Amino acid sequence: MVLITLFLEFAKAGLFAAGGGLAIIPFLIEMSERHGWFAEAEIMNMIALAESAPGPLGANMATFVGYGVAGFPGAVVAVIALIFPALILVTIIAKFITQFSNSPYVKDAFYGLRPVVCAMITAACWGLIRSTIFTLDLFSETRNLLDLVHIPSLILFGVLLFLYIKFKKHPVFYLAGAAIVGIVFKF
Amino acid sequence: MKILLDLYITFAKVGGLTFGGGYAMLPIMQKEVSEKKGWATEVEVADYFALAQSIPGLFSVNSAIFIGYKQKGVLGSVVSALGIVSPSIFIVTILAIFMNRFLYNPIVYHAFAGIRVAVCVLIFGAIINLWKKNMKGIVAYTLFAIAFCVSLFTSISVVFIVIAAIFTGIILMQIKKRGVIK
Repeated sequence: MVLITLFLEFAKAGLFAAGGGLAIIPFLIEMSERHGWFAEAEIMNMIALAESAPGPLGANMATFVGYGVAGFPGAVVAVIALIFPALILVTIIAKFITQFSNSPYVKDAFYGLRPVVCAMITAACWGLIRSTIFTLDLFSETRNLLDLVHIPSLILFGVLLFLYIKFKKHPVFYLAGAAIVGIVFKF
Repeated sequence: MKILLDLYITFAKVGGLTFGGGYAMLPIMQKEVSEKKGWATEVEVADYFALAQSIPGLFSVNSAIFIGYKQKGVLGSVVSALGIVSPSIFIVTILAIFMNRFLYNPIVYHAFAGIRVAVCVLIFGAIINLWKKNMKGIVAYTLFAIAFCVSLFTSISVVFIVIAAIFTGIILMQIKKRGVIK
C-alpha cells in the first residue's frame, strides 16, 4: 500500500525534521533513494514550486511528492502525515508550556542539535547544488576542465547570489528572473 | 462550533496568503490572530514562533497548533493545523498538474533549468543564515564537521543522526556544567 508507506515516510520527516522548511530536504533525498518516487534532480523543481506557492514550505513539498506518488489522495496523506507528529507533540507541550520552555534538557538537546541540523542541511543542499551547477559526470568522461562546471549556470548563480544578498527581495523575483534567463539563453 | 470554523478559516487565510513559509508568516499571523481576532497578543504569537523552533515540524504549523489549543483544546489545535496547510494541498496540486503536463515543453524545460540555479541561490542564502545563527564555538564546528561527513559519506539514516545529536547535546552540556570544558 503506497499510501501507508507515504504516511510513514512523511510522519518520520514530521517527527525528526527540526529546523523549518529546508530541514525536510535530507528526508526527501532519503525517500528518493529508498523508494525511487522521484529523482534527486526533481527535488530542485519541488523546492522551486514550494517557494513560488503560498503556504508552509514543508507542506508544499509534501503535497508535491504525495501528488506525484499517488495523485490527490497521496497529497492529502503526505501533508497530514507531516503535521501528525507535531499535532501530538505540540498539543502535549502546550499543556506543559512553562515546564517545557524552562527545561534544561530541551536547551541542552538543541546545543547538539543545532550544528548537526545545520550540517545535514548543508550536506543535502551541497548535493543539490553540485548536480545543478557542476557536471562531474561529463568531466569524468572527457577529463576536460571546462566540462567540470556548467559555465552559464555558474555565472547566473554568481549574479543571482549577488543580487539576493544585496537586495533581499522575495524569492519569487529571483525564480522568475532565472526562468527568463533560462528561456532566453536556452539553459 | 463557530469558533472551530473561525480557527480553520483564519489559519487557511494565513496559509493561503503568505509566501516563503517560516518567519515570513509571522507578521500575517500576528495581524490575523492578534489584531483581527484577539486570540493572543502579538508578543505571544512571536513567543509561539520562537518556541515552535525547539519542536520538530514546521514553525507556522506548530504556532497554529499552540494558538488553536489555547482557544479550543485538542480540537482547536487539529482544526488550526489543518487550516494552515489546506491551501497548500490545493494550490500545489494544481501547480503540480501543470508542471507535469508542460515540463517537456522546450520553453518550460529551459525555464526550469534556469529556475534550478535560482533555487541553488536561495538554499545557499538560507544555509548562510543557518550558519550565522547556529555555528558558534569550537564544539559547534566539531559537531558540524562530524555530522557533515556522516551525512555525505555514509548511508546512516537522518533519523539516527538527529537522535544522536540530541543525546550528544545533553551529554556535552552535562560535562560542561561540571566544568570539564569551557
